[in-house]
Amino acid sequence: MKVRVHVTLKNGVLDPQGKAIHHALEGLGFAGVNDVRAGKLIELDLADGTKEAEVEEMCRKLLANTVIENYRIEGAESAA
Amino acid sequence: MRSAVIVFPGSNCDRDLAEALRLVTGARPATVWHRESALPDRLDLVAIPGGFSYGDYLRSGAMAAQSPVMRAVAEAAERGIMVLGICNGFQVLTEARLLPGALMRNAGIRFVCRDVALKVENSQSAFTARYDAGEEIIVPVAHHDGNYQADEATLDRLEGEGRVAFRYAGEVNGSARNIAGILNEAGNVLGMMPHPERMVEPAHGGTDGRRLFEGLLETVGPPA
Repeated sequence: MKVRVHVTLKNGVLDPQGKAIHHALEGLGFAGVNDVRAGKLIELDLADGTKEAEVEEMCRKLLANTVIENYRIEGAESAA
Repeated sequence: MRSAVIVFPGSNCDRDLAEALRLVTGARPATVWHRESALPDRLDLVAIPGGFSYGDYLRSGAMAAQSPVMRAVAEAAERGIMVLGICNGFQVLTEARLLPGALMRNAGIRFVCRDVALKVENSQSAFTARYDAGEEIIVPVAHHDGNYQADEATLDRLEGEGRVAFRYAGEVNGSARNIAGILNEAGNVLGMMPHPERMVEPAHGGTDGRRLFEGLLETVGPPA
């Protein structure tokens, strides 16, 4: 089974990379870009039946740094 | 003083750090590969060098923080052994949660590589014993992810408990409250972005970094 983990910076955490992308978009003439936040998408190919709780643990232990990042899990089976 | 330098794949300041320790303590530190699950016996100091451990994949220091040797380092820190993390070593210590906060991409996006002025905020720790509080020293930085961030409560706590060891005298990388180096609660773990090991002999252009190692030696004493 394929699971996607979206890792994004917490609200309020300054995102220098997002800011640089924002400036670059403006430089290309795209008007009306209010803000840009950059994150990561991690795709996991997991054994069928892997519980969401286990993916959560992967996020907390390694995939996200919860001091500055949030994570969102997509496509996992919820714990039964 | 008996010391060990941890080496990860991608470490690149390990030799400079070992040489600085040899110069000051007179004893060559052991070098410990990341796959080791134990540290040498009777250590006084574990030093985690700068570099790009594991290519800094995922986040700077994230992979290294999960390596077998870091479990041994965490145990050593718990026992009160001194732990010094410089640059990537600081990033590893935050990722391993031995120090609070996180080191993010520099606010100005660019890699910063230059000498900076640091203010010594706490001269009471083993790492800063040979400096005067409020003294300004010159030590180089070389990093892309040195932007120290933590929530306000953590920052207040660090300041209140005298755990900010060094502060940048001017803006360098966007760090909250210009923090350049912090101590853990017990005071035996220091993480700092600047490189004291690159300022230990006159040919380096200065010797302000040398006193950090001298202070450690003074606190710990010569090898038994």
